Amino acid sequence: MSLGRLIERLAQLVPVLLGVSAIVFLMMALTPGDPVEIMLGDQHVTEEQERALRHDMGLDLPPHERFVKFLANAAQGNFGQSFFHRQPVMDVIASRLPATIELSLVALVLALATAIPLGVLAAVKKDSWLDRAATVTSLFGVSLPGFWFGILLLMLFAVHLQVLPVAGRAGYESEVAPITHLLLIDTLLRGRLDAFLDALSHIILPAVTLGLPMAAILTRVTRTSMLEVLDQDYVTFARAKGLRRRAVLAKHALKNALIPTVTVAAIETGSLLGGNMVVETVFGWPGLGRLVVESIFVRNYPLVQAAVLIYAITYVMLNFLADVLYTVLNPRVRL
Amino acid sequence: MSAVPAAARPARSPVLENLAAFAASKLSLTCAVLVLGCVVLAIAAPLVAPHDPNEADLFRRLQPPAWMEGGEIAYLLGCDALGRDIASRIIYGARISIFIGAAVILVATTIGVLAGLAAGYLRGWVDVAISRLVDILLGFPYLIFAIALIAMTGPGLQNIILALAYKEWVIPCRVVRGETLAARELEYVEAARALGGSSRYIMWREILPNILSPVIVVSTVRMAHVIILEASLSFLGLGVQPPTASWGSMVADGRAFMLDAWWVSTFPGLAILVLVLSINVVSQGLRDAFDPRMRR
Repeated sequence: MSLGRLIERLAQLVPVLLGVSAIVFLMMALTPGDPVEIMLGDQHVTEEQERALRHDMGLDLPPHERFVKFLANAAQGNFGQSFFHRQPVMDVIASRLPATIELSLVALVLALATAIPLGVLAAVKKDSWLDRAATVTSLFGVSLPGFWFGILLLMLFAVHLQVLPVAGRAGYESEVAPITHLLLIDTLLRGRLDAFLDALSHIILPAVTLGLPMAAILTRVTRTSMLEVLDQDYVTFARAKGLRRRAVLAKHALKNALIPTVTVAAIETGSLLGGNMVVETVFGWPGLGRLVVESIFVRNYPLVQAAVLIYAITYVMLNFLADVLYTVLNPRVRL
Repeated sequence: MSAVPAAARPARSPVLENLAAFAASKLSLTCAVLVLGCVVLAIAAPLVAPHDPNEADLFRRLQPPAWMEGGEIAYLLGCDALGRDIASRIIYGARISIFIGAAVILVATTIGVLAGLAAGYLRGWVDVAISRLVDILLGFPYLIFAIALIAMTGPGLQNIILALAYKEWVIPCRVVRGETLAARELEYVEAARALGGSSRYIMWREILPNILSPVIVVSTVRMAHVIILEASLSFLGLGVQPPTASWGSMVADGRAFMLDAWWVSTFPGLAILVLVLSINVVSQGLRDAFDPRMRR
């Protein structure tokens, strides 16, 4: 893809991002209740102090100016104070973000590691028992409610077999000096195998729960695209040339069959964000998703607003990345 | 009677033809019957449920299912922490899941079809406005959008339906817009235009009946998705509020008793799985029947 087209495609994101911001702003503005009263809670302040606070928060401005101020602040990562934590919203979010990123990445890796071999095998052995098993498994994968599947896993592995921890994230942040803030990587980089294994045992159940629907979708996508590729003339030709079946699959078919898988994986990574809220709640995982759910119940709206905007921007960017990836991997398609 | 020549027989509509192809698959048909069974159970809940779903009996607190020691046949699936009959609550909970699923899909499909037809047929600024709005709404992860809206408006049946429908309509809208764009160039639409048909007539009477198949398929797939979303919201405490039984909140209630009362969470979750799985199989069957190219 040429640089010009990339810039053009990036420019198309601007109205979408502005629209997304406008909706997040509107959600907040239309919320019943006075934000100042919610923020003050039971505290008694003078009318003067209340006016000053209202002015600081920009609530005395007309709506369009408030929106511009919101955008300007958001661009600088300033979402105000968290009512509940008494510190800047971005600081609270930043402290929870690594746990969510780590969980999503592990879920993504697990999903890809299961879906690609399963999808390829199902296509190669079309209509066999393996193909049927893959189809049934993926159908179950998209139909299982994540929160319930998570609880079943907990009941089996944590409660009955007692081989994995019940909840939370391994608490090595204080012992292992952070490098990436992702515990699995940091513990390895610092040579703490014991801590790595502990971190792994904590993350495995939530990651499996989060990754399952994605694995189900990716298995279907890989199977379908592999079947299409196997029908192509160049694959028949490679086989006719006398190349071994395995070589044809690995060198010719798989490379092209994986294009849709990679693209859908990028899009589905965005949907992991939504799943995070549920899975983090089930497993007591201290990430952003759980923080948002907790914040809703204590009406910590600035935090909810900031998190929703961050989620939406990430989602839009992941979709953009999926488009770019598709074009890069498949030069016949032009954005 | 068989003397009537084939050409003289009235042609069956494409939708009916496709439904006949769908009914030929035993698995799809079985799952369709299962879904229908759930709907009937939900509608007839007051007649079918053995107990009042909200009647607490602390003497039956966490009573196990009938086949376990301490269980009784009158409380087949056992009782929850307040001694309420789980089977009755599952039957009543089906009302919430199915009602919300159907209501969201009905509202979203109506809006989506109208917007998609207008965008695809009228083009111009109408298309630009609708497509931009669709792009913006697609920028939000679904559950996060719904959670944010419910956080602002508060939980409750009406708010959940609206929160889900606000984003759901973009899916049928995109499908209908694409189909309409293709259809408006076809001969039958051109012929209707040449005969002086108004835009409204062409959209409703000519295009819509011909693009219904993909709309039906998408609606069923999305219904399964909406049911899981509603259950997720209820699980997080943002769905229908207690004491009304909903499957998601029943699973959440049982979380605290995983150790010694597995049945409290397990059965409502199983109910969600059976319903969603059946709808997914039905939708796959419909897709195969409606689009033979998909039969791979």
